[in-house]
Amino acid sequence: MSRHSFLEATLQGFTRAVSKALQSEHAATQPGLLQQLDPRVRVLGIFALVISVILCRRIEAIAAILLVAIAIAVASRVSPASLAKRVWLVVLGFSGVIALPALFLTPGVPLFVLRYATLHLTITVQGVRTAVLLVLRVETAATLTTVLVLSTAWTHILKALRSLHIPAEIVIMLAMTHRYVFLLIETANQMFESRKSRTVGTLSGSERRKMTARTAGVLLSKSIELSQEVYLAMLSRGFRGEVRLLTDFRLKARDYAGLTAFLFTGCVAVWMGR
Amino acid sequence: MASTFEVQNISFSYEAIPAIRGLTLHIEEGDRIALLGANGSGKSTLLRILDALYFPSSGTVTFKGDALTEKQLQHDEFFLNFRRRVALVFQNPDIQLFNPTVFDEVAYAPLQLQWSKEDVIRRVQETLRVMSISHLKDRSPYRLSVGEKKRVALASVLVLDPEVLLLDEPTATLDPKSQSQVVDLIQQWKGTAKTVITATHQLEIVEDIADRVLVLEAGAVIAEGTPSEILSNTGLLLRANLIHAHRHFHDGIMHSHPHFHGHSPHDHEH
Repeated sequence: MSRHSFLEATLQGFTRAVSKALQSEHAATQPGLLQQLDPRVRVLGIFALVISVILCRRIEAIAAILLVAIAIAVASRVSPASLAKRVWLVVLGFSGVIALPALFLTPGVPLFVLRYATLHLTITVQGVRTAVLLVLRVETAATLTTVLVLSTAWTHILKALRSLHIPAEIVIMLAMTHRYVFLLIETANQMFESRKSRTVGTLSGSERRKMTARTAGVLLSKSIELSQEVYLAMLSRGFRGEVRLLTDFRLKARDYAGLTAFLFTGCVAVWMGR
Repeated sequence: MASTFEVQNISFSYEAIPAIRGLTLHIEEGDRIALLGANGSGKSTLLRILDALYFPSSGTVTFKGDALTEKQLQHDEFFLNFRRRVALVFQNPDIQLFNPTVFDEVAYAPLQLQWSKEDVIRRVQETLRVMSISHLKDRSPYRLSVGEKKRVALASVLVLDPEVLLLDEPTATLDPKSQSQVVDLIQQWKGTAKTVITATHQLEIVEDIADRVLVLEAGAVIAEGTPSEILSNTGLLLRANLIHAHRHFHDGIMHSHPHFHGHSPHDHEH
């Protein structure tokens, strides 16, 4: 990777991160299935489905919830392509690494034997099931939460959490983190732009790694200062942990129907997957 | 009637680094004060103390006769009343803007202070119109220009119609047009009951925004006077690092004089 491609790829990454977040806010205002429901119902309903995913022990039941999650996403104007890029590939990378040893370490009926010189690694049926179960669980839970975040304005999620008696301290942390992440991305972006404007010649791999490590270090110290500043700015305008919005949350008939559907789906999945 | 702010011999440190040292200040209703000082002189810290975001390690601060302490701010009634009457505009608008749209941003403070929804909507619309930013109401604050962000940041506190406005470098980094719009806005409050305290190091705006100037150096007030008294005191401005000595050659002769940025009519006069 050349000096320019490294810096430019980093800068493009920052820009993409901000524009994705802005797209999310936009998606939350579009008419869709979840968007029509009260944010408290969305939070509770998705939470119920995530719990059912944790409780399910059968791949088929979790796969069924994943299909439901994809259907909810499509009906809420969240494209499966965006889920694939944002969630499925990333989660597969992380959970796949964790699940990989289970293929070989779980005792059971041999499915396939990998032979290399004197080394024999046996993949068992039970091992495959365990690995698939783990990856599918994480994929499904991540899909559900991403659909919630993409279909609900962040401020509405916060207010819904407070309405559901989540402690104010946690909501403050979430509120600050959201704003703070943007500031941090902007700061990192400016640092890389400044670096790019002053870089002459080609950076070697080790120089690039050093630069990234230094940037991370400076960002860490700046992040402490930024978090304090953001909190003061919120405090100065009267923030005390309560999320107050112009929108009033009022439960309608469709919200009760939606919540019932979520809970019913979750219960059926747990029963199927027991 | 009690003074707006009564600051008595306060000190404040960031860990071991002193930022304010034995500062005493008396601010009356309707005062228009400029806090002049170089970077690190304690201007922003003082504004944050006046906004009860920081509390001095020694000395006292009162607002309308009530002590500004952490304990006092814990009382709901006092908190809501104080935040309604005193507002701070941060130097960096990015810090201050954290809502998804400009409308939400301007509505944030009145909602936090528990105004009725009808009042919030009415006041927000009015403020957006007065600040000429109605066209931005559905835009995300992250995507605005610096000048627009600054106007939104100002609108987000003006919506409360506060009695006291604390402005931290309100014209820094703005283009000349946006700068003059902000100065015009501050000038409109002249002669009203609104108290405006502006921290700045831009000498060219001081006469327009203040009737009284305090010069800060290393967290202490080193001079106080009218804008003309302060701005004509070259030695003081040099000492406070607000202007610098400029040395260059003219016709082969080394020449040195104080260098003003934008303020003095005899800029670069030789």
